[in-house]
Amino acid sequence: MTAAAIENQLKGASTRNAAARARRLRSLLPALSLALVLLAIAWLNPRAISYFGFSLMLNLAIPIALATIAQMFVIAGNELDLSIGTFVGFVGCVTATWLKDAPLLGIVVLAGSIGVYALLGALIHLRNLPSIVVTLGMSFVWQGLAILILPKPGGKAPDWLLSLMAFKPPFIPFPIIAALLIAAVVHFGLMRTSYGVILRGSGGNAAALKRAGWSLLKTKILLFALTGLFGVLSGMALIGITTSADANIGNGYTLLAIAGVILGGGEFVGGRVSPIGAVLGALTLALAASPLLTFMHIPPDWQVAANGAILIIVLAARVLISRRER
Amino acid sequence: MASLQTLIAKPWIWSFLGALLVWLATVAFTGGYGGGGMITAALSLAVFTVIVGVGQMFVITLGPGNVDLSLPANIGLASAVAMKVMDGNDAMIVVGLLAALACGMAVGAANYLLIWALRIPPIIATLSASFIIQSIDISYGRGLQIKPPPGFADFTNWQILGIPVLAILTVLFTVGAAIALQRMIYGRSVLAIGQNIRAAWLAGVNVGRIRFLTYTLSGMLGGLDGALLAGYFRGANVDIGNEYLLASIAVVVIGGTSVAGGKANVPGVWGAALFLVLLLTMLNTFGVSAGVRLLLTGLIIVGVITVAGGQKALR
Repeated sequence: MTAAAIENQLKGASTRNAAARARRLRSLLPALSLALVLLAIAWLNPRAISYFGFSLMLNLAIPIALATIAQMFVIAGNELDLSIGTFVGFVGCVTATWLKDAPLLGIVVLAGSIGVYALLGALIHLRNLPSIVVTLGMSFVWQGLAILILPKPGGKAPDWLLSLMAFKPPFIPFPIIAALLIAAVVHFGLMRTSYGVILRGSGGNAAALKRAGWSLLKTKILLFALTGLFGVLSGMALIGITTSADANIGNGYTLLAIAGVILGGGEFVGGRVSPIGAVLGALTLALAASPLLTFMHIPPDWQVAANGAILIIVLAARVLISRRER
Repeated sequence: MASLQTLIAKPWIWSFLGALLVWLATVAFTGGYGGGGMITAALSLAVFTVIVGVGQMFVITLGPGNVDLSLPANIGLASAVAMKVMDGNDAMIVVGLLAALACGMAVGAANYLLIWALRIPPIIATLSASFIIQSIDISYGRGLQIKPPPGFADFTNWQILGIPVLAILTVLFTVGAAIALQRMIYGRSVLAIGQNIRAAWLAGVNVGRIRFLTYTLSGMLGGLDGALLAGYFRGANVDIGNEYLLASIAVVVIGGTSVAGGKANVPGVWGAALFLVLLLTMLNTFGVSAGVRLLLTGLIIVGVITVAGGQKALR
């Protein structure tokens, strides 16, 4: 072996190492951004870092995390759901009315709405439709239904749901436990089971999956049904916290959920998503949007901008890291 | 017969047929009353959708993943900028319009800067940008209650023989857009990029510059739309552009432009915009509640997309 060849090999090994380091750094990015926001909060207001403080600050984190996971499933299949926000609002209205007064009807309607999501997946696959347009249209459908069910803000959450969301476990606040649980369950299902690989593969390389004999129709239906399921859970969790509903209650969740997935290391194409990252991203957004701004005495006008700025900063950091990955 | 067949083969004819059908249904419901007035009203409202629809069409034609989600925030901010600069003064109309255009162009350029510098999908770039623009607008436009200058308000409502002047100008603009798309180097480059970005690059198309121009154009049209909307509805408003996210994308797709990119259709944007506006008019005439109206609008859009869409990507 000539000296030049050895040198080349060494260089190859060192770039491989650098690439592995960059990849690790990149997968740590969601956790790092959350830690940064937490540090900022601790620095601005040390009292917030307590059992009570976290319970308060992360109050709305559970529904946001669930909506983010819902969005993550469609993104895993290279689609996008622009209706998840109004869907969460629709579920909220059903939860605060029918699920309390006529539980059976409520359950049937919620299960039916998951069925509608599954049908949308089939429709989008079979007719090769752009999911952005279909779900944008559906966002009007859900909002219309929500207004029909609950024309004026009101209703009341079922008692079992209220007591579930008001659960106060010892030592660790409930939102943190719930977030860990959601992340663990979805991580196992999507990242550790063999069918989870197929689901992600439908976004990564659909043609290869098809040639290997898997049904792309089935994967798309399942991904959309999972989005519906987690949308339902998000809407129910939201009503369990707010106790009453409003047809517009979930509207902000559409963009928040997309931002959470991307913050968590997800990418739009290629089935590259991360359930743990998505939950971390949702927590980051939930903390940065209001508690951090309040502590920094920034008026609520800039709340939305803070979300956008965080998104841009994290994406910029990702570009810097990826540059080293090569 | 041959000409009829070529006419039917045009993808945009269906959107006009849909608009005609909806109009006939409404006129039949009212017993022939107000048919002409309805067309006048539809034309003046469709203008706002057509202007942003054309911008969105150029963006979508760039290929999969290209879409401008910042239009509603952009329209809202530009409406506030236009009203503040005009300050109710007729002499400042042109300056205000230019300010709104510049504001929109800045938004579009910022969008492309994010796409280019962060190498992120346009959906995420325009989404993050819209978060920030929205906040700027809320903060800048707080309690803004400036009425448009009387001359400007009159201009946006001006009609000749029942035809809104703004609609005539917009028709001229769309003719220009169609020529730019099919006959000019810029438009051909947009189509080429949408069909195959790599082939376009190898063929010497300056991909970066064309994409930059397209996003800036879309932003500029959003800014123009904001100013005109503020004139027409007598005042700026943070939420004034909200409905134009769905509307701008829907008219592009219903009008026969391929979502996969590389195939655009300007006349279809007009047909689809008239269809959407007339659809709303029809539902209002039937006296349905807000919930039913939203529900039916959504269902009809999904239905139309299901029937009209569904072409395979060009590759």
